[in-house]
Amino acid sequence: MRRIESALRRELEARGISRRDFMGFCAGMAALLGLPRSAQAEIAKALETKLKPSVVWLEFQDCAGNTESFLRASKPTAADVILDLLSVDYHETIMAAAGKRAEAALEQVRTTKKGAYIVVVEGSIPTGANGAYCTIGGKSALQIAQEMCSHALAVVAVGTCAAFGGLPAASPNPTSALSIGEAVPGIKTLINLPACPVNAENLTALITYFLTYSKWPALDRYNRPLFAYGKSIHDACERRAHFDAGQYVERWGDQGHRDGYCLYKMGCKGPATFQNCPNVGWNENTNWPIGCGHPCIGCAEPQFWDRMTPFYQHLPGVPGFDAATTIDRVGLYATGAVGAAFAAHGLVQIGKRTLAKARDPVTTEPAPAPAAKKDGTP
Amino acid sequence: MTHIVVDPVTRIEGHLRIEAEVDGGKVTNAMSSSTMFRGIELILQGRDPRDAWAFTQRICGVCTTVHAIASIRAVENAIGAVPPPNARVLRNLIIAAQCVQDHVVHFYHLHALDWVDVVSALSADPAQTADLAMSISDWHNASPTYFKGIKERLKGFVDRGQLGPFANAYWGHSAYKLPPQANLMAVAHYLEALDWQREFIKLHAILGGKNPHLQSFLVGGMATPIDPNSQAALNIQTIAALKKLIAGAKEFVSRVYIPDLLAVASFYKDWASYGGGVGNYLVYGEYPMTDGPKAPLFLPSGVIRNKDLSKIEALDTEKITEQVKHSWYAYEGGDGVGLHPSKGETKPTYTGPKPPYDTLDGNAKYSWLKSPRYDGLPMEVGPLARMLVAYGSGHEKVKELVNGALGKLGVGPEALFSTLGRVAARGLETALLAEKMGDWVDELAENMGRGELRIHDNDKWDPSTWPESCAGAGFHEAPRGALGHWVQIWKGKIARYQCIVPSTWNAGPRDANDIPGPYEAALLGTPVADPEQPIEILRTVHSFDPCMACGVHVVDPAGSELARVKVR
Repeated sequence: MRRIESALRRELEARGISRRDFMGFCAGMAALLGLPRSAQAEIAKALETKLKPSVVWLEFQDCAGNTESFLRASKPTAADVILDLLSVDYHETIMAAAGKRAEAALEQVRTTKKGAYIVVVEGSIPTGANGAYCTIGGKSALQIAQEMCSHALAVVAVGTCAAFGGLPAASPNPTSALSIGEAVPGIKTLINLPACPVNAENLTALITYFLTYSKWPALDRYNRPLFAYGKSIHDACERRAHFDAGQYVERWGDQGHRDGYCLYKMGCKGPATFQNCPNVGWNENTNWPIGCGHPCIGCAEPQFWDRMTPFYQHLPGVPGFDAATTIDRVGLYATGAVGAAFAAHGLVQIGKRTLAKARDPVTTEPAPAPAAKKDGTP
Repeated sequence: MTHIVVDPVTRIEGHLRIEAEVDGGKVTNAMSSSTMFRGIELILQGRDPRDAWAFTQRICGVCTTVHAIASIRAVENAIGAVPPPNARVLRNLIIAAQCVQDHVVHFYHLHALDWVDVVSALSADPAQTADLAMSISDWHNASPTYFKGIKERLKGFVDRGQLGPFANAYWGHSAYKLPPQANLMAVAHYLEALDWQREFIKLHAILGGKNPHLQSFLVGGMATPIDPNSQAALNIQTIAALKKLIAGAKEFVSRVYIPDLLAVASFYKDWASYGGGVGNYLVYGEYPMTDGPKAPLFLPSGVIRNKDLSKIEALDTEKITEQVKHSWYAYEGGDGVGLHPSKGETKPTYTGPKPPYDTLDGNAKYSWLKSPRYDGLPMEVGPLARMLVAYGSGHEKVKELVNGALGKLGVGPEALFSTLGRVAARGLETALLAEKMGDWVDELAENMGRGELRIHDNDKWDPSTWPESCAGAGFHEAPRGALGHWVQIWKGKIARYQCIVPSTWNAGPRDANDIPGPYEAALLGTPVADPEQPIEILRTVHSFDPCMACGVHVVDPAGSELARVKVR
């Protein structure tokens, strides 16, 4: 075995993590990122030699679900590696310092690492009541977001609230909540990792991509990395064969449910949702929502709290289903065009449009980062 | 007198601000302010009640099951759905797993750094650390080599000058009492617990698809099919996986968490005389052992007034009110009234200073939390309340655990009413539940074996089967305490939704009579050696395990529709 001299290797050895385990992690990362197996060595080299970039993790109108998800990052040893690879200089939920000293840590990053730190944003930013709907250290979330994001190397929005406004921005949006892209327009590099919460696999993969290539991955029109949001749930679903065969769950706990039939008629939003849940699973690929018998609720899509509800009402457009049933809150799907698109291509329109855009020439340099769109309608 | 502001209070969920006055080295006045508001109950109005659990679940991603559970119970209560036995057992497992995982994470990752000096660990001798570890437990990771590795990792961390989340803390503060080897052992277990929680919570992924934000809840049951002869359902492989995870939890809790808790507590016994607070405790009770509305509970409900364990009062949820004199809401009847949650009437009305601000005015409104009261009194909720009510109710297993811990520390039951008592109760509850979970797995296996495969009350799924107007309440014991949801339904839609949440009970501001809430009361008398480094304030506040996103809520008056809603 070759001599290993990096500080990281010493740390890994101290923790009983073998070179083999570490290379296995790097190979897994290469696979998740859709890179050739030869990239494994490049990833390993990058992880071992680079300085730890400074990261500040800002929580605004959040539930800490994305923070919790991050703590579940795959492969126990790999998650520790990732934590050690970044210098997490500010994160309210885990940091030891409190009050003034915590704020000093944030200010220090802003003033001494200008343009060189990464901001992770969790939660939406309220703009109502002069910012009083969310203050930290007496400052409004908006002020903190502006101060920190304007000088960041990149901003990563974790979870649907930061990426698209999420739950606080759901109708009637009582606090005038915005996504980070809307709240701080003109962020140079913005990467959205929606889902409720973000899947830790996708966050760690993004970090590894950056550390390996010193640039950010190709993104779709919502600034989502294609490696994680490039295909619909429906396209990769393990129950797809049952959909194609017309085998559906009709009632909770019926024989079809027990046999793993398609959940489309119970309200599954997989056809309209782009994320890699079927491929990478959750909690180290232990399971995923459809795998446990519940329909997808579309949590990685913009405005899903308004556009994907009622959750238990099926998407329209498949012959034999009644497309007009009780669409009384949000009329999103109630158009013939949507139905026709789904019938023809197995995708509802919002999914189809996203996919079409995703196939456009993509950016591989730091993203041009337009402000996140509030929805996918034309 | 010194005025101290701690904002943000870190290592909690959400956004909490504490302002305190310190005189003669002690806190003489304290103010607890929640500084974030989302309006989720307002967002719920007009939506399908069967969707509500997913919305309310997102109130909190740390206690990621609790608002889903309370919500489905409230809607089931309103529409008359009765979940089958398997749904009850699955929910009990999910609830208990949440509590066990959450308590461990709280102890090691949110609270420990108030008691454990990470920098001091750098001067620990690995051999002495191994001796200490082996003297308190037979946990396998206890060799000098192991602790040497941890120490070197820590040293590497410090030497690089990038302290990350450990920067700027109060290291070296005179309030830290642990010897270096205890600090090093605790740092090692901080890291082990990080690995352990990730593994154990796979139980939620098995039963809920993912964690955080499990996705298997349904009004009327659960979405996880059960069939011993299917590979697409919970089957005997599931039973085996659950048993393995629970065995791992029992081992970690009994051989790491509890020994660590008792070891740390033995150095901080003075904290058994600080942080008592209001002395009133409220518990809704949890873990139904049979089906239907009057099911006996594994952990009983009850109310304790003025620390009197000899008298456990029966709970009457009609005595609950919320007040807003010091909260940024307006009542039509003014700030002097308290309203039952089923009649909750609230408008967000921010009257505080325009951000950025330096201080809040304790005589005015100063928090996004309301002030819940029971029979007019502030109540503490949470693991300590649950253990006290169970203890006072004669729960044999709880008595055994509590008396055992008191005996080991050489203190009497009065020590429970304190910051340290809160920390200890959380650990004991974890041990109790890790033990109990195996029974529910057995029950699930037995049901499966005799062909009891029902998971859902399909008869009440279609809203056309519901009364035009109905209302219900759902009660739950979340890790942080008593949680209640109240829902009113009109023509199949939510007309009104209200939550009263553990952290609202505990962290709420003064009430209409200016009586402080539990955090505020608990901080009175807390010593503060150095107002610039108020670590003692963090100790007491963290002992409640604040979860602020949970606490903040609003419901808007729904106007004439409400007049037609009849409470069942």
